[in-house]
Amino acid sequence: MDTDDRSLNILTIFCVPSIVPSMVMRKTEHGVGDTKKRRIGREQLLFLAFIAPNFLLLGVFTYWPMLYQTYLSLTRWDMLAPTKAFVGLDNYTSMLGASEFWGVMFNTFYFTGAIVVGNLILGLAIAILLDQRLRGRNFVRSFAFAPVILSGAAVGLVWAYIFDPNYGLMRTFLDLFGVPSPDWLASTRFAMPALIIVYLWKSLGFAVVIYLAGLQNISKDLYEAARVDGANSWIRFRHVTLPQLSPVTFFVVLTTIIQSFQAFDIIAVMTGGGPAGATTTLIWYIYQEGFIAFRAGIAATAAIIMFLLLLIITVLQVRYAQRGVHYS
Amino acid sequence: MTPVRAYGGTLVLYTLLIMTALVFVVPLFWVFSASLKDTQQIYTFPPVWIPTEPRFANYSEAWNAAPFGRFYLNTIITTFFGVALEVVNALLTAYALVFIRFPGKNLIFIGMLAALMVPIHVTILPNYLTIASLGWVDTYQGIILPGASVAFGAFLLRQHFLTLPREIPEAARLDGAGHLQTLWYVILPISRPMLVTVTLVSVVTKWNDFLWPLISTNSESMRTLPIGLSYLFNQEGASQWGLIMAATIFVILPVLLLFLRWQKHIVSGLTSGATKG
Repeated sequence: MDTDDRSLNILTIFCVPSIVPSMVMRKTEHGVGDTKKRRIGREQLLFLAFIAPNFLLLGVFTYWPMLYQTYLSLTRWDMLAPTKAFVGLDNYTSMLGASEFWGVMFNTFYFTGAIVVGNLILGLAIAILLDQRLRGRNFVRSFAFAPVILSGAAVGLVWAYIFDPNYGLMRTFLDLFGVPSPDWLASTRFAMPALIIVYLWKSLGFAVVIYLAGLQNISKDLYEAARVDGANSWIRFRHVTLPQLSPVTFFVVLTTIIQSFQAFDIIAVMTGGGPAGATTTLIWYIYQEGFIAFRAGIAATAAIIMFLLLLIITVLQVRYAQRGVHYS
Repeated sequence: MTPVRAYGGTLVLYTLLIMTALVFVVPLFWVFSASLKDTQQIYTFPPVWIPTEPRFANYSEAWNAAPFGRFYLNTIITTFFGVALEVVNALLTAYALVFIRFPGKNLIFIGMLAALMVPIHVTILPNYLTIASLGWVDTYQGIILPGASVAFGAFLLRQHFLTLPREIPEAARLDGAGHLQTLWYVILPISRPMLVTVTLVSVVTKWNDFLWPLISTNSESMRTLPIGLSYLFNQEGASQWGLIMAATIFVILPVLLLFLRWQKHIVSGLTSGATKG
């Protein structure tokens, strides 16, 4: 998983309820007079000075690029010619009409969907295991989290070696079951599953730690009450643990989608989007169109689509969360 | 504690625990082991787990196969200045948003939240065009500045500042301290754990950053460690796994050591916001 801090954020905002009250301005204290007024004037200048560097950079490298990119998506340009040809919505219509783009979307959802499901099921299972009083569980937790903070390029290379069909560890593992090793990264069928395994390995620790914290926040009284009512452990899991964890699940799903949409370094070192485009996801497509094929208009269009998809996913998730999530 | 134990005995649980541990430990062990193998021990099946005669020459050969000294220097420079700018920006923005009076402060805060909705990888193309027009391709400022603004870290620090008692900075201000002095002598010392967290998350992110340094540099001498590693692999390919794994250690070892020392801060920084709902 990318440790890109910007991707963790959207959800944090929805999950931290203290935003709303703090957005209300504080009442100014009493005491009026000229000195006070002048001090406020100076304070306002100081406020602007404090936030200026950050907002200057945000302006140049976040707000402006989104506007400029929207414009670029309406043009055809090879990034060299002095002028850009304005083509209206042509990039959008031609892209949405091409099977190549839908292949890219399929790959993106295949990858993201598998990572989400894997993180939820395995993340919760391992968290429940580590929630038991077992010797060495902190050690396991540390090792599970370590890949989250390692370079994706490095992790990708380690696994490229593990997936080596002749001398890799994966062959050794499959040998235990008498299964021959596929040529993972060279096969259109197995390259994507290989990437999913790697990214899951890299991101799972994140889900584990979050689920573990969620489990430890569940009140023991709820389990006691369920026990008194005669609920067996499956019913307690189904009707106490799972509902109590739903805000955590919501966080894991949203973060995982946003992160895996942007997974780039692992793809770059392991498959380069191949073979035959089998692992070309949306982010790789943007890179390839912009920086290899020099089709700025297409790359910008794909980037706008990615931005809108992540925005829609966020909105849907928040809607769902308001209805379906059980807050304690 | 979740009610699993009723089902399985302790033995089953420990078996599962060991299997989980192996899944995460074995690949890491495998890198270290392979980085010490000679070609013969790498290209053999079934694999050798512990190299009989560790070959440390892999490390010196990897170091010389590409300018790794230069890659280290580039990564340290871009990480150091990137983190410093990000942390200073986060501190100043958060302090201003919480402790300085300003009309319409909410709007500015909402503007910062809007920046959070733009994933960093979405803007690579226009940002490349911007630094190209500034003549910043292949420069440190070109690698550093687009990532030096901060929304998430400022957001975290702001949440933290809001929990501090208002009397503390107000007392300092009454004693005649300016805002910068209040920030430096009063707020910073009591916010150290949060600051360490924000800094460490920033360090790890910038050290591992891949897509932006890849796009914003052309020459070998400006590559950072992850980019240099990936080029080395393209060049040597699967014929030199020992050397490649040694080079991989160059990239991951500093982060692993950081993790060993400050695990609690890093984990809490990366997962913050998750369980407050």
